[in-house]
Amino acid sequence: MLAKRIIPCLDVDQGRVKKGVNFLNLTDVGDPAEIAAEYQRQGADELVFLDITATNQRRKTMTEVVEQVSRQVFMPLTVGGGITSIAEIQALLKAGADKISLNSAAISNPSLITAGAKKFGNQCIVVAIDVKTDQASGKHFVYTHGGRQKTSFEAVEWAKRAVNLGAGELLITSMDQDGMKTGFAIDLYRKLGAAVDVPIIASGGAGNLQDFVDVFQQADVAGALAASVFHYRELTIAQVKESLKQAGVVIR
Amino acid sequence: MLVIIDYDAGNTYNVKKAFDYLKIPTTLTADPQQIKNCDGMILPGVGAFGPAMATLQERGLANLIKHEALAGKPLLGICLGMQMLFENSTEYGNHAGLGLIPGKVVAFPTETNYRVPQMGWNQNQLLQSKKDFDFLANEYTYFVHSYYVKCDLKYIVTAADYGVQVPALVRRQQIYGTQFHPEKSGAVGLRVLQTFAQKAVAK
Repeated sequence: MLAKRIIPCLDVDQGRVKKGVNFLNLTDVGDPAEIAAEYQRQGADELVFLDITATNQRRKTMTEVVEQVSRQVFMPLTVGGGITSIAEIQALLKAGADKISLNSAAISNPSLITAGAKKFGNQCIVVAIDVKTDQASGKHFVYTHGGRQKTSFEAVEWAKRAVNLGAGELLITSMDQDGMKTGFAIDLYRKLGAAVDVPIIASGGAGNLQDFVDVFQQADVAGALAASVFHYRELTIAQVKESLKQAGVVIR
Repeated sequence: MLVIIDYDAGNTYNVKKAFDYLKIPTTLTADPQQIKNCDGMILPGVGAFGPAMATLQERGLANLIKHEALAGKPLLGICLGMQMLFENSTEYGNHAGLGLIPGKVVAFPTETNYRVPQMGWNQNQLLQSKKDFDFLANEYTYFVHSYYVKCDLKYIVTAADYGVQVPALVRRQQIYGTQFHPEKSGAVGLRVLQTFAQKAVAK
């Protein structure tokens, strides 16, 4: 049986992990390679690096980060944040990334999904979708540019289209739940799970052990991503996995 | 010295990094002389079967790898590199492989309702004890693929369950293949690479 994946996410700004990461007693707490190695020790199944740098130097710096991490961490690495071209994708893959996550660029230039999938395989192209619920209509709308811009796309509609274009995996963040620590948006993942046949990663809302159990038991998702609960060591990956195991969820 | 066959496969550098981490010397090359002189060959691979075989042939590597392996040189194929050890694949047409192990590469059946590609950590079941790879029993390794190998049970050392029996580590004499990515499978994956390297150098 395929194990459910637990995926910590690291925000990287100019080559350094930005969000406070306080589980390490290191002199240099912001070093991506050291933090990645610690997550590997804890039993993470995959790592997502999100480049939040807003300068022209960004891609070169991120490539160096991936190069460094992949020398000492031997698990799948996904890189996202501001990637807009095949050349950028190629450089990151060559540096050691396994998957590339496209978000805003996938909306503004959907042909990038297809071009990337054709050149590097569907398994390599993750489409990240930020979703917010419209309170009046109850519809799930897609947002871009770090959640700042609303689009006219509904989540299910865009998810299906992204998969048809070549996405091999979807990383779905519920903006409603993000940072709330009240659990994952299970209804959203149920709808999406029924609509597409590629793996779905749930993101946004993890606050306690039961949240992870609930999302895996109540929706057909392949993995769960979280940032702050792991960074601030409110939960360790080992604790999450132990609790999933007790609940009968298959984990590594 | 081990040689990693250089034909622009996607995971080449990560395979090299894993060996570097283990402090096992490897050379990334397509040079026939180096391939002839090496102790063992590693054939990485990510992507589609047809184009990958075509690239190996264009560079004159397909016959060379085949010749060396049949002469007794240890060979480890990884993911697509493992699939290419077999006779043929039905991925986008019908393509001949290296034919070093009897068997064929086919798509996952659609009726099982399993999501394709299989992407993630799956558990190895030890089908036959080979001592050197017994440590893989019940261990999880990282898989990413849409096609899988169908071959005689006698070649399957470990298999994973994904609606069908997926050969995970195969072996015919000194020719090995892993459907999973040892370079992405943590400590247990590194041990697979180390075990192969020890066998190749000891030989």
